[in-house]
Amino acid sequence: MRLLSAGITTLVAAFLIVPVLLSALAGVTANWFLGVSGGLTTRWLWRVWDLYAHTIGLSVWIAACCLACTLLLGVPAAYALARAEGRWPRLAEEVLTLPLAVPGLATALGLILLWGPVGGFRTHWSFVLVGHVLFTLPFMLRATLAAMKGADLVTLEEAARACGASFRQRFLGIVLPNARRGILAGSLMVLALSLGEFNTTLLLSTPFTMTLPVGLADSYASMRLEIGSAFTLLFLVLLVPPMVALQAVADRVAR
Amino acid sequence: MAAGWEGQGAAGYVAALTEPRYLAALRDTVLLSAGVAFVSVALAAVVGSFLARRRFPGRRVLVALLTLPLAFPGVVVGFMVILLAGRQGVIGGLTEALVGERVVFAYSLAGLCLGYLYFSLPRCIATVMAAAEGLDPALEEAARTLGAGPWRVARDVILPGLAPALVASGAIVFATCMGALGTAFTLAADIRVLPMVIYTEFTVATNFSVAAALSVLLGLVTWAALALARMFGGGSVAAQA
Repeated sequence: MRLLSAGITTLVAAFLIVPVLLSALAGVTANWFLGVSGGLTTRWLWRVWDLYAHTIGLSVWIAACCLACTLLLGVPAAYALARAEGRWPRLAEEVLTLPLAVPGLATALGLILLWGPVGGFRTHWSFVLVGHVLFTLPFMLRATLAAMKGADLVTLEEAARACGASFRQRFLGIVLPNARRGILAGSLMVLALSLGEFNTTLLLSTPFTMTLPVGLADSYASMRLEIGSAFTLLFLVLLVPPMVALQAVADRVAR
Repeated sequence: MAAGWEGQGAAGYVAALTEPRYLAALRDTVLLSAGVAFVSVALAAVVGSFLARRRFPGRRVLVALLTLPLAFPGVVVGFMVILLAGRQGVIGGLTEALVGERVVFAYSLAGLCLGYLYFSLPRCIATVMAAAEGLDPALEEAARTLGAGPWRVARDVILPGLAPALVASGAIVFATCMGALGTAFTLAADIRVLPMVIYTEFTVATNFSVAAALSVLLGLVTWAALALARMFGGGSVAAQA
């Protein structure tokens, strides 16, 4: 039985990892049909840069703005929920995490039907940003709230207040340091999710506000396999650092 | 625009609930998502408990690599399936060398299933691993001392212990599959999954009221699945969502 589960694990691992390696390799081979023997090249990477650099730039910018928004909205909201007691805060928690159950496509449709006719908003990049914030905010909120609840803030804050600390001192000196792991994990998750968001963005974006994943879909549909692979490789280079950092944070919390 | 579609709201719901092709898309999407959820939970139960209980060199790296696809957008997953089972894919190359015939199934139902499995497995494995690490090893030892074989231990001790995590991750995978657009978009398969139907209704047919009604329907199905799993699996569903 141990052999059987080792075998299944190996197969599943191969299924998940081999395509990633293949796409990385295909992005730097001169001709995928000939394989690696046809030679390696950086030509496709430069071609992707020429064609899609603007989508990469926009995605990085939107991910940064999205992180700023979720920090500004999510951390105070988590603090308020962590301190409050009773039925209403628990209900608010439920409602705030509801967007997780709603498909991204539905969120995008709602946003377009509601805000589409409002001035130039529809064609501005901030329209995509709103979709990303709606999608990622619950993740920031959950991670931060979990860290704050684990730290027994009420007692710590009472002690600080008894010593004469102002609200500002308590928030900056007690609340934020105690929740830093949760905030960090939430931030990395928000970055990774925003960089890869497609379900909502496909509808929200316009040809002038194309993000990286929408550009990826475009390259898969209309360019040769090597260009799609090279673009995927660039995407992985952006995505892997936050994911590795997230893993490291999770490991440290577990220990 | 607002005045234009408000009047058709009810008509959109009527169309969404009565027209055979919408109902067929809903049925296909539910069956596909349920099937994928079942298979990925079954595989993750084996892989997750194996990774949680065994220690071997390179285990941490392996776990990190297995969780990386969590952040892949659906389009990238679709592309991975093309690399595996597309016209220039590995499976095609292997089968050509072995049997003399190129097997290409990326653009069929099998390809779509493979893609959904690809983004579902990491989620399930992560959840099951966390649950398996929390199991009390003493229970397993007790069962062994009482003479239970490895299969008995798996069936009567480990599986019941993992059950809440399995239910929770199954429900979440089901909900994710129901709403997944990118994979079907890249593979452009001839399977009409509901998110693709909504997308074409909205962009090609500009049929806003039907698109909106269908996405409400989609939201209700996913919400019901998560709520059901919560009833049976306890609070862990919300924590994992």
